Amino acid sequence: MQISVNVNGTDYAAEVEARLLLIHFLRDELRLTGSHWGCDTSNCGACVVWLDDLPVKSCTVLAAMADGHRVRTVEGLERGGTLDPIQRGFAECHGLQCGFCTPGMMLTSRWLLDHNPDPSPAQIREALSGQICRCTGYENIVRSVRWAAEHEAAANAGTTTTDAGADRAAQEPLA
Amino acid sequence: MQVPAYVEYEKAASVEHALALLARFGPEARVLAGGHSLIPMMKLRLVQPETLIDINGLSELSYIKVTDGELRIGALTRHAQLLDTPVAGQCFTILHDAEKVIADPIVRNWGTIGGSLCQADPSEDLSAAFAALKATMVIQGTDGGRTVSAREFHTGPYETVVAPGELLTEIRIAIRPGAPAGSAYQKVGRRVGDWPVGAAGAAIWLAGDAIGAAGIGLTAVGAEHFAAAEAEDFLRGAPATEASFVRAGEIAAEHCRPSSDQRGPAGYKRHLAQELTTRALRVALSRARNGALSGARPQDA
Repeated sequence: MQISVNVNGTDYAAEVEARLLLIHFLRDELRLTGSHWGCDTSNCGACVVWLDDLPVKSCTVLAAMADGHRVRTVEGLERGGTLDPIQRGFAECHGLQCGFCTPGMMLTSRWLLDHNPDPSPAQIREALSGQICRCTGYENIVRSVRWAAEHEAAANAGTTTTDAGADRAAQEPLA
Repeated sequence: MQVPAYVEYEKAASVEHALALLARFGPEARVLAGGHSLIPMMKLRLVQPETLIDINGLSELSYIKVTDGELRIGALTRHAQLLDTPVAGQCFTILHDAEKVIADPIVRNWGTIGGSLCQADPSEDLSAAFAALKATMVIQGTDGGRTVSAREFHTGPYETVVAPGELLTEIRIAIRPGAPAGSAYQKVGRRVGDWPVGAAGAAIWLAGDAIGAAGIGLTAVGAEHFAAAEAEDFLRGAPATEASFVRAGEIAAEHCRPSSDQRGPAGYKRHLAQELTTRALRVALSRARNGALSGARPQDA
């Protein structure tokens, strides 16, 4: 069947089998391999992408179901070469070790901050509770999301943070 | 790598169109809503429909509203919507209790209420919640609609009364004005977001110091129609006391038929049926007595 999907602002048209899962469409057809294919059972959350405005587990969504819709993947987090504050937070706070869960973690975190700009650690843990990090990095993941929340709040207030290190990190490009 | 078997796919544009597609493709067609139960089953090749009829575009089936003294939930309503809609929790706190422990926030974003019910997993949470609330299911066919009580909806594991060619469109729960009411859901699982080892839901309507009416739903413990009818009979007119709730739990446990599996032995599940029934009743009573706090009755009821 013919589908057209807008992924990260770009329209793609493709001929696919109806049984093709969205994660495989993104990775194998579009070569957007930032979204990871993990447990295949909608448990681990490595495959989380946004379908329209909601994070979903793309191993449990058919590509056909995204026909006519928008998809946002980790490749769509940065804007014009500038990393999203969530990405900076994960880099600053060591929010990843092997990185396999990270794209899904970041997409859910981005959604969380869009709806709750100042989440508590408990709220962050609840939001990410459908996603598994096997490097046991949850503590740093929570810190990463808080880092992003605080820096976004500071940026929105037009003020600079008093934390010199964090301030420097916010201005310097990341390696 | 798990992929579904080859399948045809049709996108429904309206309820009428969905019904026409179901009629055209026959009993080997399956309705695709959120797909969060159906697609995993297809990946495991436990179900192999010839055609999927995608109803995700039917926004007319996505709503939660209070109409004519009923809470009405469209079948395509996502779990997250039910959890995020205050009026649902104000009417029936049990619904928010249950939604909080169904899968995880990401799965709840896309999985649907109607899909969960039609999948008819014998461990499904909302089936017990709707049984406790004595909900009514609205089913549409090409010849029109019919309503079925929640307790007649399931005909067995993974089987419902929804016939080929029919579509579950709405769940209705009567809001009984006047009597203080409270409801609660209690679940034990092996880990966060898992299917229950056992779970119980309770709804009570008080008549003074006595119980005017009670609804008890059970899941994962082999309860007939996801309900504990004998315990409900015992509670009707009984004093709203701890002793009544303990006895109701015992009766509920006596009448369920749990089976041993990887989630636990039958004896443990029977124990859960007893204990969780009692706990759910206890919380429901507390909410009924503090109606202003728990919001047992909506403002517009």
